[in-house]
Amino acid sequence: MTLVYKDLLSEFRSRETISSMLVFSMLVVAIFNFAFDPGSAYAQQAAPGILWVAFTFSGIIGLNRSFVHEVDKGCLHGLLLAPFEHGAIFFGKMLGNLIFISIVELLTLPLFAVFFNLQTLQGLPQLLVVILLTTLGFSAVGTLFSAISVNTKTREMMLPILFLPVVIPILLAAVNATAMIFDGKGWNDISDWLRLLAAFDLIFISLAYLTFGFVVEE
Amino acid sequence: MLTDSKSQRVENVLGLLLFLGMLMTLYNVFIYAPTEKSMGDVQRIFYFHVPSAFVAFLGFLVCAGYSVAFLIKRNHRYDRVAYVSAEIGVLFSTIVLITGMIWARPIWQTWWTWDPRLTTMFILWFLYIAYLMLRNFTGEDERGARFAAVFAIIASADVPIVYMSIRWWGDRMMHPKPVLMGDEDSGLAPEMLYTFLFALAVFLILYFYLMMLRLRQERTAEILNSMKKNLALNEE
Repeated sequence: MTLVYKDLLSEFRSRETISSMLVFSMLVVAIFNFAFDPGSAYAQQAAPGILWVAFTFSGIIGLNRSFVHEVDKGCLHGLLLAPFEHGAIFFGKMLGNLIFISIVELLTLPLFAVFFNLQTLQGLPQLLVVILLTTLGFSAVGTLFSAISVNTKTREMMLPILFLPVVIPILLAAVNATAMIFDGKGWNDISDWLRLLAAFDLIFISLAYLTFGFVVEE
Repeated sequence: MLTDSKSQRVENVLGLLLFLGMLMTLYNVFIYAPTEKSMGDVQRIFYFHVPSAFVAFLGFLVCAGYSVAFLIKRNHRYDRVAYVSAEIGVLFSTIVLITGMIWARPIWQTWWTWDPRLTTMFILWFLYIAYLMLRNFTGEDERGARFAAVFAIIASADVPIVYMSIRWWGDRMMHPKPVLMGDEDSGLAPEMLYTFLFALAVFLILYFYLMMLRLRQERTAEILNSMKKNLALNEE
């Protein structure tokens, strides 16, 4: 818990990660408008995919930063010496990442709705649940891989290569559920995808929690 | 020191078996096996495609198993086996993808379709490419081995999840069902079955032969490196 507080505090003091994530995810949404003919039926169809591409890539930026400070300033050694389990460090970092990515996603969403002319207000609760579940899975996998990639020679390059193929199933479920929500479907129709997302989250969180100790040990 | 004579002998025997087996397989596949009725000669690629898939999965399975063993026992040799096995897995999954495309072009009129099996194989290929890259970018030390083992475990858990989620995605099944242990009307003609099983056995021998070869190479490289280090120390 203290760890989450520390991460949030240092972020709110500098605001560097969140602001760059936010600008990036807005840019992705804007760029896709040029890639597809703006306002065309084509762009409307691709809207759920575009939303999730924006969230995924901006998420990677945030996850990349997650351990950079810890390693560069030697904080990780301090954390490891501190009298709590490695699992606690994992959950602290994961929660921090979850909060960062969620904030960026929530801020991107209104802009996205404006650009794509969505009347999403009625599906909003469903969409928020999908976003939360997906981001939870992203943070679990991302926190683990971020701790790995920060220690490799290529650093930022490595995270997407490790992260993207692993999260494909989560992404697929999220895009499908989102497409259904945009079509005006209710809770019952997306409950299958939601359950699938929850199951993935459970698997990835427990696996990442179990293996995190092996990554950070000295 | 460099050559362990017993494993060297096993390797030689395997190599000889492999040479004869490969000649036999070529004969079986192109001359002995009858031509398939509806697909024609293209079907013969099946005898390379399916055994390659078996070897690829075996390679990844061995990689995951030895990764777990490495994290528990911390024996460097387990890590080496995991690494070499993943390499061979990537090689054979590449062969699976390419032979599959060659077959799909005349039969499905397309090189590629997002069928659950195809997609899963493709993602599997990405996962283990990532695994090999991770190994190259972390260096030779024990830490790199730990990272790779953790990634291999996550990746292998990901495979059934990928397959499941793509099945849910929609009914796009195009890939032929397994002809062995499949439905009653999907069996193979006896000559084809024999050709297939023979090819499978030869591919499995090829896997073990390549494993031994690469493991010996890696061992030699390690000995060479430690010798180099000693020399450098002596010169100083």
